[in-house]
Amino acid sequence: MTEYPWLWGGGFALVLITVLMGVAAWSIWFERKFAGRMQNRPGPTQVGPAGLLQPLADLLKLIQKEDITPTNADSFLFNIAPPLGLLTVLGGMAVYPWAPGDWVPANLNIGILFTLSIGSLVTIPVWMAGWASNNKYALLGAMRAAAQAVSFEVPLLLTCLVPIILSGSFRMGDIVEAQADGHWFALWPPGPGAVAFVLFLLCSLAEANRIPFDIPEAESELVAGITTEYMGMKFGLFYLAEYMHTLIASFMGASMFLGGWDGPGPDGLHWLVLKGLTLYAGIFWIRWTFLRYRADQFMAICWRIFVPVSLLTVTVAAFWRVYA
Amino acid sequence: MAVAHSEEAHEAPAGPVPTVVRPWADPYLDPETYDPEGDLMVMNLGPQHPSTHGVFRVKLWLDGEVCVKAVPYPGYLHRGVEKLCEKLTYVQIPPIVDKNDYVSPYINELAVNMAFEQLNAVEVPRRSQYLRTLGAEMQRVGSHLLWLGTFAMDMGGALGGGASAFMHTFRERETILDCFELWTGARFHYNTLTVGGSRHDVPAGFAEMVRRTYETIRARTIEYDELIYDNAIFRSRTEGVGRVDAKLAMELGVSGPILRASGIDWDLRRDRPYAAYGELKINVPVRSAGDSLARYEVRMAEMRESIRLVLDLIDGIPEGPICALKPVKLPGAFKGKAGQAYVAVDGPRGELGTWVIADGTERAYRLKIRPPSYHAMALIPYLAPGSTLSDIIVTLGSLDPILGEVDR
Repeated sequence: MTEYPWLWGGGFALVLITVLMGVAAWSIWFERKFAGRMQNRPGPTQVGPAGLLQPLADLLKLIQKEDITPTNADSFLFNIAPPLGLLTVLGGMAVYPWAPGDWVPANLNIGILFTLSIGSLVTIPVWMAGWASNNKYALLGAMRAAAQAVSFEVPLLLTCLVPIILSGSFRMGDIVEAQADGHWFALWPPGPGAVAFVLFLLCSLAEANRIPFDIPEAESELVAGITTEYMGMKFGLFYLAEYMHTLIASFMGASMFLGGWDGPGPDGLHWLVLKGLTLYAGIFWIRWTFLRYRADQFMAICWRIFVPVSLLTVTVAAFWRVYA
Repeated sequence: MAVAHSEEAHEAPAGPVPTVVRPWADPYLDPETYDPEGDLMVMNLGPQHPSTHGVFRVKLWLDGEVCVKAVPYPGYLHRGVEKLCEKLTYVQIPPIVDKNDYVSPYINELAVNMAFEQLNAVEVPRRSQYLRTLGAEMQRVGSHLLWLGTFAMDMGGALGGGASAFMHTFRERETILDCFELWTGARFHYNTLTVGGSRHDVPAGFAEMVRRTYETIRARTIEYDELIYDNAIFRSRTEGVGRVDAKLAMELGVSGPILRASGIDWDLRRDRPYAAYGELKINVPVRSAGDSLARYEVRMAEMRESIRLVLDLIDGIPEGPICALKPVKLPGAFKGKAGQAYVAVDGPRGELGTWVIADGTERAYRLKIRPPSYHAMALIPYLAPGSTLSDIIVTLGSLDPILGEVDR
């Protein structure tokens, strides 16, 4: 495997991206069904059995749409932002341990840093899109995205320090292995891991622009926020990036706090998939239940609650590491 | 789990309601006098915007996201209803005014027909008075349900928790429309009231259907409170947002739930009784905070009160004729007396008035409609300055405007 790292990484990435794109696409079907059940309606039923082919129909519709670049838009930035957004999201998966052993596309020793940094880059394409659209709503959305990124990235990084301290490694594989045999960081040591897990999920919601923190999009205020001027597949790429980001954040939470591929019975990919998709469904549940925070309220929460609490968890985790 | 209900008023924020800065509110003030550098962003909120409840346009001058000045421009839904009413006969007017406040058409019909009745000194039979009261209260619940759903959607978005609340309120609203369909044959624009009474008597099985429907809704209002009012996000988005002080509200002629949420205990149903309201006891909810949360509380309490009234009324409708006059079939068959009359009813959005000037023919010389939403929208230039774009949307939603009646 590791004799040809380029070949291994490339092949793995190809399979992974294909599979995850499919998962993200069909998770849209799942979300629509799920939301439908929450709202006393059946959800998609028309395309294929139980509406299962709905993602394909959506995709066909998006591809068929006329592709317009607004006259006064900065066409280079406008057109490069959606693929760049998806790229930054996809990059984060490269360092995941999907199963025990060497099942990692690129086994970096600073894997977690890599994921976090490339994941937080997503603010830049979002800002590019809002700026280049030359639309006031999009501009406001972009400014909100930039402002809130500064707020939630700090607690996000701090919460990720907890598993790093507890496992003593930046490598994702080591973090998961340190939790083997049920020593999940969300459960043990009691306290810092669980709190950090919750904060990590909340900050990931903000990073992926999901309700209650979908402030840059805020369709009731900013029409469609940064994606106001986008149409067709360019909009589709942003949409897909949002789902991929949520999916990756769920898998990351599962790996860092819930033991990744560890579980009762044989360890393996199935446990990671189960945990990741459960978190993913939980995020849908949150989305279809809650209202949206105002931008300044969210930033106040980040700085006044999330940052001090996450600092506290890091401190407790450090003490645990040294003295326990 | 202890569930806070909107029946208990939240604590009014300490201190007096901030006085609004009047110069900003002057719509004719030259922008150059307060923006000499020209670095404010001018944004047209609407007429095509998902949260303006129709085709309302507000021109905003934004400093970052904070509004400095706001000027509303109504008129995008103007259909010339008042002029049309001069050309149509008294028989043809009610189905037209149905389309004014298209969320509570029954109450629109009630207002114009009561004006015609006052003009011609027609005594409406007691049974019809009770039926009118019943219909108006049934409609009020439906109207408030629509407001609740759209208000949640203003904060939660069309693809999120707001949409869930919206779908739930619409599920209940559909059952109300089913009741009206059984009664009048139409779900929405009924044309059921006429000068002297009603056209349709309640059919067999109606009482049972209404009782079932409204008892279900009464149980579900608790769910709405749990879903929306108990939510910390909802609280933080509405508490202290869009505060209307009582003096400003009275100056602008604002009425209905907005006025009552600002501490003025005024309800035409109780204070100037019409239809059968004089024989009923009505509890008028009043809040003093004047913010969006207080308006939520007032409307929810009103909804519960209306449900109670419907359930009380449905069993106590007296027997008798439903129309004082022989039902007319031809549009020109009813000739009014000369003179003028003004009648106001308390609709879901406040005082809905009709002023009719007649010259003794089968047509009114002039018909003026006083829509409550129009006066509520006059608050926008006072409420918007100093708040963020997000808060303006919430404030707009809490004012519950229906653009059909703003523009007529």
